Amino acid sequence: MSSHLSTAEKPGWGFSIGTVSLLVGAVALGALIIAANAADPMMAAHAWLFFFLTVGGLLITGLWAGARNGRNPFDPAFYEDTIVKFGVAASMFWGIAGFLVGLIIALQLSFPGVFYFPELGWTNFGRLRPLHTSAVIFAFGGNVLIATSFYVVQRTCRTRLAGGMWPWFVFWGYNLFIVIAGTGYLLGVTQSKEYAEPEWYADLWLTIVWVAYLFVFLGTLWKRKEPHIYVANWFYLSFIVTIAMLHIVNNLAIPVSLTGSKSYQLFAGVQDALTQWWYGHNAVGFFLTTGFLAIMYYFIPKKVNRPVYSYRLSIVHFWSLIFIYIWAGPHHLHYTALPQWAQTLGMVFSIMLWMPSWGGMINGVMTLSGAWDKLRTDPVVRMMIVALAFYGMSTFEGPLMSVRAVNSLSHYTEWGIAHVHSGSMGWVGFISFGALYCLTPWLWKRKALFSNALVEWHFWLATLGILFYIVAMYVAGITEGFMWRAYNEFGFLEYAFIETVKAKHIMYIVRAIGGALYLIGALIMAYNLVRTALGHGQARDAEAVPAPASAQSPALQPAE
Amino acid sequence: MSFMKRHATLERHSLLLTVGILVVVSIGGLVEIAPLFYLENTIEKVQGMRPYTPLELKGRNIYIREGCYTCHSQMVRPLRDEVERYGHYSLAAESMYDHPFQWGSKRTGPDLARVGNKYSDEWHLDHLIDPRSVVPDSIMPPYAFLAEKKLHFDGIEDDLKALRLAGVPYTDDMIANARADLVAQASPNMDYDAEDALVARYEAIAERKGTLKISDYDRNPAKITEMDALIAYLQMTGTLVDFSTYEADDLNNRR
Repeated sequence: MSSHLSTAEKPGWGFSIGTVSLLVGAVALGALIIAANAADPMMAAHAWLFFFLTVGGLLITGLWAGARNGRNPFDPAFYEDTIVKFGVAASMFWGIAGFLVGLIIALQLSFPGVFYFPELGWTNFGRLRPLHTSAVIFAFGGNVLIATSFYVVQRTCRTRLAGGMWPWFVFWGYNLFIVIAGTGYLLGVTQSKEYAEPEWYADLWLTIVWVAYLFVFLGTLWKRKEPHIYVANWFYLSFIVTIAMLHIVNNLAIPVSLTGSKSYQLFAGVQDALTQWWYGHNAVGFFLTTGFLAIMYYFIPKKVNRPVYSYRLSIVHFWSLIFIYIWAGPHHLHYTALPQWAQTLGMVFSIMLWMPSWGGMINGVMTLSGAWDKLRTDPVVRMMIVALAFYGMSTFEGPLMSVRAVNSLSHYTEWGIAHVHSGSMGWVGFISFGALYCLTPWLWKRKALFSNALVEWHFWLATLGILFYIVAMYVAGITEGFMWRAYNEFGFLEYAFIETVKAKHIMYIVRAIGGALYLIGALIMAYNLVRTALGHGQARDAEAVPAPASAQSPALQPAE
Repeated sequence: MSFMKRHATLERHSLLLTVGILVVVSIGGLVEIAPLFYLENTIEKVQGMRPYTPLELKGRNIYIREGCYTCHSQMVRPLRDEVERYGHYSLAAESMYDHPFQWGSKRTGPDLARVGNKYSDEWHLDHLIDPRSVVPDSIMPPYAFLAEKKLHFDGIEDDLKALRLAGVPYTDDMIANARADLVAQASPNMDYDAEDALVARYEAIAERKGTLKISDYDRNPAKITEMDALIAYLQMTGTLVDFSTYEADDLNNRR
């Protein structure tokens, strides 16, 4: 059972089920019409998938609502924690799927003779790579963000999630988007814009889901019982609002047919390129940074039982971070056909971005003041602090790589791959793992995790995996960067391109080993979380529940 | 501190906070992206640019579908080694009809902005079927299945119409004859009138001769395959602009 809250609100719970069902029913009808008239087999497959999943969703909703016997399933006296449990499970599932696909494509580049199948064109690198990036960023990261934001906003507002059925629509709708996107890549449905590959109909669906997400989040803020909006919620809000803006503008496209999967981007060439990297860089900035900083601002103070280090710093770094990040996109287009004034602006703001980034890191790390011993005794805390160390490292490296001269060497090489993986595996991965390790005992009311020793194993395997990965890719990237520009004594280019590919072979293998270690760590984690939820081992005693009943947000009470 | 007190207002009003966030995150994009649509020197003045022919467009869509952009850039930077390795640095004008752009972000394989006409059709065919048969150390996936797959081009007119809506100057003539043009480009020595009509249509817009290649790209006259389309696209990348008349130092071409 969840914790008791004020019961002052009126139920009206059937209403949200009705409105959600109406929307889902309309989508099911539209999907049926498109399926019957599909212009291409990919669209037919997706329309049927939409149809069966939405109709299935309606049926399950009907059966479930009928079984309530008139009891309000959205009782405002309780927190909505079931959805967070689903989110934790979905995060773990997609995380492992995404890491596995990453390992497969790493092996393809290491052993092309073994891991490519001429008869199975859909398993080629070009189709699996978007599957990997979308699975780890949007499926794993997205589910972590939705789950944690739903948990945090309830605790820090001391009220149940707004919207009754609508949060469930957000959760299942988002995961439906993931399935459509992922199956699309395998079928060859893509608009080729990195991290925005799904086609127009998937984009429209995500827009609907995202607007619902915004209103669920805002609605919860509106009925909060705390006078102030807690800092983590500023970050979640900026993530939701900005991703909506980026998603809509970058996906403006003209469908060839309303019953076909193919569309053409509205913008072309240089304008399309800058729009894409304005989107791409801020997918990093607002999906992978502000969203996960929100996690930091709730879970680290909560776990170490200390207030956030500096309230003032959190204000300053929040506004400067979101203002400056948006400008940094053009550093992905140095020396390209993008006008140089735009490149220069992008570089200048990228360098400035270093400061607010480190402001966030300092605020997180220094929250441990007075509790430094936890680094030694609590592997979950250590994981989150190491996440911040990786965050600090990659947000220092990012500005460095955005300097045009450095970028002329690093761009197009494995250096970029090293950079994004130190950020994603180190920062996003570790802070997410930390949050999931916190949430599982809290949600399932367990005294502790099933095994702290297994967390230690996970921590060290994953850390070693990241080090293998990034060191290999730094070496490979800098090697190939210098080989591409090497001249011999006669003034000719020293190396053919293929020689630079050959030179990376061993590094590719080391990278795959690193990825395998990281995957093994995640598997250990999944096992640990399942055993924790089941109440095994150290998690057995459910009496002394550490998770606070009416969770007081960690101090950071603004000046009153 | 008064600044902190003022911030408390935002912390108490979620809508103010939302609007504040939206304003703050809009500025950078507006300043950087919007001018690209109206500053005239964003795209250079060149001779030779024309829309993709239906066959090339189909090939480009296969290039996108297979995720070639995940390993191949199409953007030669104005750096000495790149210009010597790949050819003239890429111009913004060269991707003015690219919906979407294909500049890429990674070179696991070489840049392809100027791969057009560098290798023979046969080389591309062998390489796509089994990359390691011609480049033993290659790590590229095999694309033999493209040679088997019949190219579907029933709705090609709609593709051209959608692109025209987005600003590509396809004429009514090009749209009406899209299927005939597609067949003609992949079927040399079959229908000379159709070939001439195709060349005339696209060279008129390009204002330059010799940018349109007609070939049985996959060396299989029995059918038009996806391989035909992909090689047709690869063979024309970066070949449109006439660099003999391009004035890099012209003020309008300076970036």
